[in-house]
Amino acid sequence: MPSAPRTLLEKIWDGHLVRAETPETPAVLYVDLHLVHEVTSPQAFSLLRERGLPVRRLDRTLATMDHSTPTLPRGADGRWPFIDAQAEAQVAQLSRNAAEFGMELHGLGTEAQGVIHVFGPEMGATQPGMTVVCGDSHTATHGAFGALAFGIGTSEVGHVLATQCLLQRRPRTLAVRVEGRLPAGVGAKDLILAIIARLGVGGGTGHVIEYLGEAVRALSMEARMTLCNMSIEAGARAGMVAPDQTTFAWLEGREKAPTGKAWDQAVARWRALPSDPGARYDRELTIDGASLAPMITFGTNPGHAIAISARVPDPAGEADAAVRSSLQGALAYMGLRPGQPILGQPVDVVFVGSCTNGRLEDLREAAAVLRGRKVKTRTLIVPGSQRVKKAAEAEGLDAVFRAAGAEWREPGCSMCIAMNGDELRPGQYAVSTSNRNFEGRQGKGGRTFLASPLTAAASAVTGMITDVRGLL
Amino acid sequence: MNPIRVIESRTVVLPRENIDTDQIIPARFLKVTDKAGLGKSAFADWRYGPDGAPLPDFVLNRPEAQGCAVLVAGENFGCGSSREHAPWALHDYGFRAVLSTRIADIFKSNALKNGLLPIVVDAASHAALVAAPGATVRIDLEAQTVTIPGGAAVPFAIDGFSRYCLLNGVDELGFLLGQAEAIAVFEGAR
Ligand code: SF4
Repeated sequence: MPSAPRTLLEKIWDGHLVRAETPETPAVLYVDLHLVHEVTSPQAFSLLRERGLPVRRLDRTLATMDHSTPTLPRGADGRWPFIDAQAEAQVAQLSRNAAEFGMELHGLGTEAQGVIHVFGPEMGATQPGMTVVCGDSHTATHGAFGALAFGIGTSEVGHVLATQCLLQRRPRTLAVRVEGRLPAGVGAKDLILAIIARLGVGGGTGHVIEYLGEAVRALSMEARMTLCNMSIEAGARAGMVAPDQTTFAWLEGREKAPTGKAWDQAVARWRALPSDPGARYDRELTIDGASLAPMITFGTNPGHAIAISARVPDPAGEADAAVRSSLQGALAYMGLRPGQPILGQPVDVVFVGSCTNGRLEDLREAAAVLRGRKVKTRTLIVPGSQRVKKAAEAEGLDAVFRAAGAEWREPGCSMCIAMNGDELRPGQYAVSTSNRNFEGRQGKGGRTFLASPLTAAASAVTGMITDVRGLL
Repeated sequence: MNPIRVIESRTVVLPRENIDTDQIIPARFLKVTDKAGLGKSAFADWRYGPDGAPLPDFVLNRPEAQGCAVLVAGENFGCGSSREHAPWALHDYGFRAVLSTRIADIFKSNALKNGLLPIVVDAASHAALVAAPGATVRIDLEAQTVTIPGGAAVPFAIDGFSRYCLLNGVDELGFLLGQAEAIAVFEGAR
């Protein structure tokens, strides 16, 4: 009997069931790759120690440091300029834990260190068809390779370290189909902001998103990572793009990717992963990619996004009282007036970086705008990893940024989460290529406009929110 | 973990929508390497002024909020970052249940592992709860009901396995460790 058509998610799910779910118990789901960083792991290692447990599969576990790490180089005394002793102790704790348990760690100052979701794919560790988890909600990024990748809490980090498995119920599926081609000046960041605005920040709850359609197929691997990265901002734990030639070409030759005959076999397996014709999704949404414009957020969650030429919405126009009051609160925090244009809004800081937009292509886009121009705001350019930094420097992008007056930093999460001292002062406005504009996310009292690297660079040049299409 | 059967408490109402985990516990408090004592930093940026003094208008700082174990929050509570520090902070503060019309997936999963009940109720029951801050509610995990102001016992859904773990004070790791043989068979077959 021919089996029913299955989605990409269903194929991966079925292939990782140690035990199927029943009404009484969730599935026991096997994890192929577990990524570990310093912030969400210490209490999980403590759990292993308390119970006298080893890490079950060191060969499926990879660690780096990114959140609490400084983005300024070592001082003359050889010491890293940590924000405080607590951050330094947290980073040291991961080094100790990795050494004690025998885990592969790419620590501060080593050649591959970087933001965990930039680092994993770069190593070739993230591969199609895998289950990938990390104690970090932007693990969704790895879905760009046709993997099922999602964030977990620290208790679950402990579960995976100890058993390589998680207890899970199968999520529902949501197909987001993006038709047409994205216009010039519009990229994956604009697309995902438009999708989140349509779905709402809770609209994807309980679902895994599969991104489909012509515009998605045309995206580079790095752009697909940007797209999948922010799936969690619509409430979806994971986002995925079926693997294709773009995926295979990007992976081939990376150090953790298979080689020789094993590579050919892997590619043959990966070609069978895309959803079957006629596979059913629980929900579907279609977006016209060709009609999109550069997007920017105006409020305090990533669903508060509008086309850059649009006006800030008027809460008075909202019928639902809860939505109206949340919008009023957002505008009050942001210091914006209902109906005002977002273009021309003055900006104090521009941040280009993060696991959303800290890869080489993102830096190239920012550099294309900054080349031969000067910035009018404080501008931080933070590469996503040491390898991104090295590749950017090999192309001379660092020289472009420095000549424009921007700061060229060491890799890390930096101002995306503001744990390491890179932060806004109260009241400051930032255009940021990161993924969250929550209150205080970039520093207590700081106010964030999320946008693409192109929009961020254009806004740095003028000192106000600017439509990059006038500068290209 | 201590078993949970019944939670009876007055409520604190924080009706904002989309309360993200960055608000529940801001990132600068995540530099810890243990879980203890995070309760004092719960909702820190809403709770304390620039000088660190409690802001008298914030609901958690009002005298009537002291000792409340049930938080009633707006739609889509716990969205954003996967930090388990959020339920750790809420639990350490003294909360034992959060009620909303929608609760984010990762937060819900984390809460269930830490003795904090994430309870989703329908819009009408939620409206009744929001309209009566400080009302006493009774959550019966065994019966899967919550009594709302006015006395009605409203049923709520919870994953059967999580319910079992909470009622009996057992954790998921023990169950997973018990699967060692099946895991080895799975690994061997690949
Ligand atoms: S760059 Fe930002 S979103 Fe990405 S892992 Fe770091 S803190 Fe999280």
